[in-house]
Amino acid sequence: MHLPFCAHRCGYCDFVTVTGRDGQHAAYVDALLRELELERPLLAPALETTFVGGGTPTVTALPELVRLLAGLPRSHEVTVEANPETVTAEVAKALRAAGVSRVSLGVQSFQPELLRVLERLAGPGDVRRAVQHLRDAGFDNISLDLIYGIPGQGPAELAADLAAALALEPEHLSCYELEAKPGTRFTHAWGEELRRQADAMEDYFERVVATLTDAGYRWYETANFCRGDRTRDLRSQHNLGYWLGHDYLGLGIGAVSTIGEERRRNTPQLGRYLAALAGGRAPERELEELDAAVKQRERLLLGLRLDEPLPLAAIEQALDADGLARVTGLGLAERTAAGLRLTERGRYLGGAVTVELMR
Amino acid sequence: MDQSKIRNFSIIAHIDHGKSTLADRILEITEAVSARDMRAQLLDSMDLERERGITIKAQAVRVSWKGHELNLIDTPGHVDFTYEVSRSLQACEGALLVVDAAQGIEAQTLANAYLAIENGLEIVPVANKIDLPQADPDAAAIEVADLLGDDPTHVVRISAKTGMNVDQVLDAIVERVPAPAGDPDAPPRALVFDSSYDQYRGVLAFVRMVDGSFSRREELQTMATGTRFDAEELGFFTPTMMPVDALTAGEVGYVVTGLKDVSSLRVGDTLTSVARRASDPLPGYKDVKPMVFAGLFPTDSDEYPELRDALERLKLNDGALFYEPETSTALGFGFRCGFLGLLHMEIVRERLEREFDLDLIVTAPNVAYRVKERDGEWLEVHNPAEFPREVEEVEEPFVKASIIVPKEYVGAVMELCNERRGTFDHMEYLSPERVHLTYELPLGEIVLDYYDQLKSRTRGYASFDYDLAGFKAGNLARVDVLVAGETVDALSLIIHRDFAYDRGRLLVEKLREEIPRQMFDVPIQAAIGARVIARETVKARRKDVLAKCYGGDISRKRKLLENQKKGKKRMKQVGAVEVPQEAFLAVLNIGQGQKS
Repeated sequence: MHLPFCAHRCGYCDFVTVTGRDGQHAAYVDALLRELELERPLLAPALETTFVGGGTPTVTALPELVRLLAGLPRSHEVTVEANPETVTAEVAKALRAAGVSRVSLGVQSFQPELLRVLERLAGPGDVRRAVQHLRDAGFDNISLDLIYGIPGQGPAELAADLAAALALEPEHLSCYELEAKPGTRFTHAWGEELRRQADAMEDYFERVVATLTDAGYRWYETANFCRGDRTRDLRSQHNLGYWLGHDYLGLGIGAVSTIGEERRRNTPQLGRYLAALAGGRAPERELEELDAAVKQRERLLLGLRLDEPLPLAAIEQALDADGLARVTGLGLAERTAAGLRLTERGRYLGGAVTVELMR
Repeated sequence: MDQSKIRNFSIIAHIDHGKSTLADRILEITEAVSARDMRAQLLDSMDLERERGITIKAQAVRVSWKGHELNLIDTPGHVDFTYEVSRSLQACEGALLVVDAAQGIEAQTLANAYLAIENGLEIVPVANKIDLPQADPDAAAIEVADLLGDDPTHVVRISAKTGMNVDQVLDAIVERVPAPAGDPDAPPRALVFDSSYDQYRGVLAFVRMVDGSFSRREELQTMATGTRFDAEELGFFTPTMMPVDALTAGEVGYVVTGLKDVSSLRVGDTLTSVARRASDPLPGYKDVKPMVFAGLFPTDSDEYPELRDALERLKLNDGALFYEPETSTALGFGFRCGFLGLLHMEIVRERLEREFDLDLIVTAPNVAYRVKERDGEWLEVHNPAEFPREVEEVEEPFVKASIIVPKEYVGAVMELCNERRGTFDHMEYLSPERVHLTYELPLGEIVLDYYDQLKSRTRGYASFDYDLAGFKAGNLARVDVLVAGETVDALSLIIHRDFAYDRGRLLVEKLREEIPRQMFDVPIQAAIGARVIARETVKARRKDVLAKCYGGDISRKRKLLENQKKGKKRMKQVGAVEVPQEAFLAVLNIGQGQKS
């Protein structure tokens, strides 16, 4: 479920977001629930996972957010994304009461200067308070998003960010390298600086992985880490679905679904989306056909991000034999009885290795 | 036509000094073309020529002026085509020497003016662009008159753009250029000053009848190559083709030969009649040899047959182009091509890419070397990869270079020429401000970005031209490049031993910048024989991942990787290393940093 509303659009963001449309929260939730109703026949009675992402879902007026959550089918894992400054005790309790099992906090950094570069509204204190509120409300599965490679972030600042995150003992961490995406305000302001720092920041990825695995986290996906726990699998079950090539239904503006051989993308325009659903019609969609070869290429690209072997049978058609020989020869990937997996060094070069392996 | 009423002339000018505009204006004034039909710059028929402001192939147009028949023979304007220019000039009795009144004489003007003087042509000096505010017609007139030993008042001052005084140019041609003086009753002799190929009619010869006459259907023969054919059609250009029954002494026109290959009809050869054969050919025929060589390879090796067909077709129209198959371990199957010079190479490359839609890798150009091997045998080497590692003696081609610059750049030019193993020959002041320098330089140094350097060190003010001046011994060595331990044949080069270390170092530095970081360390070495003279390392990448991959992004991320995969196919695989095409031209940049 895509909830696009944000209090402020950060300079580096290239997601579908909407600011300053507070009056439309109710209409949007109406539309989402109507779209859900239209697609209901595609879904099982009880879902494996639900993910409410954004935007900033917790910027949505709380009664509307609660109304949305109440209208969702039952699900084993329900994640809601939130920005720290929006998580009050009241919000935390309301989410818990509405059946949310997991909260993903967009922290990004703990240093005021770096947060300013990213144009984030939360301060370090907000993060600690948000985690406390969530724990108090009974959440036992919290994920923190961090960004590294921020202009001005030296190795010491990186270490401080990681230490501050670990101190909060989250069940899950997502760590992304800051990308200067073309056309964003951030790239305009900082692209040049990022390029200058590229060499100095080359080993940040390795530092992140080393720090988190030393702290007992499992590096289960390229950018994702979860606490080792004998009783629970703390990986993001929802995102695992993407990486394992499962079907999914996306609702809301700009939302993407993959159902069998078809991928569809809803219109990113709020007005058109609201108008279509107000008239009882599905929103305009872009369709993409996924043939077997494409599906296998995606399986390869996504599956190799995980720390578990990818069964060869699933990617036979997508594999370049010469490329496979090259990367295994270079010690970047290995074939085992269970399938193909990347070595540690291979995982740092996962993108390039995938290009080699892909036919 | 009565020979006394014929005037044959060319226009000599530096690029952009107004040759084509003047030609257009002449056609207009003589009503050969109505202003309405006038396509600007009619004589330049190829798009490429039009874009570059140069003329590759000569043509001839006949116009009438005050009871006279004037034949304007167009000449190629560039150093690479000196031989063709000289043949065009040989077909004339006079030449207009056009100088931009704002710029003065340039090296190219000089070179062609000397050619015209050597050919005994009457030169009519013209100062053009006098309408421009920055024009200094008096200074230009004095400069030109000095060059010709003429009086500045004889310089016709015109504006080809506005048409001002162009009639005076035509009058001057009639008055000053001598009429042809061949023997109309002698066995026929015609000079082939150019040729072109037409898909339907075969080879078209552009000729100047010197003696006697040809008639339609007559069996003709070239005297140097011995090729025979029937003159399927005779005629001249107005500029459209006008067939005639005969071409007579003094006239300029064309012969439709029906031949299928331009190489059987060489520029400079003499045409005669089989039935009334002349005893001696006209002087000046030379078998032009290519001096600059480069490897041409299809980026996609599947395009090899297309490249072969394209070269075959280009060759039909370009007798100077030479090619033979070449196999490179780095670049696969391609052709080693020979060109008259760098511009000729650039033109061929562009035509292949534009007209034949080919995607090419062109290796850095090199010159022809003469090599004496241990066994005393001399051989000519066109490819550094075939240059023997052990040689007794080597000779390389030299040129006599002519450079004109404002006096404040004389030092910079001398410095550049010294760096490039030049020998100073001569210096003179053309005017108080401008200096003409001549140097003897190895051609191999010129193909190595000399011209770019000259332009940049003189802020674009230098003009440059050269003439081949034969082979001379040189202390040259073959330098090989090894990437990840493997010799990359397409990067081998021949360097003077004194420069081997400096240039070897620059080359590996350049390659380190050009070769993207791979998934492992890549050493790059330059070596003479087994001796490594320079080394650099492209450090392995440490990270390369897509930051996020979730539901909404998957198509985009997949396409990103698919595009990277396509990009890799455009790179050449040297062992396990991907080398981008630009790297194969890195050699071209090693001349610059090297100051001894």
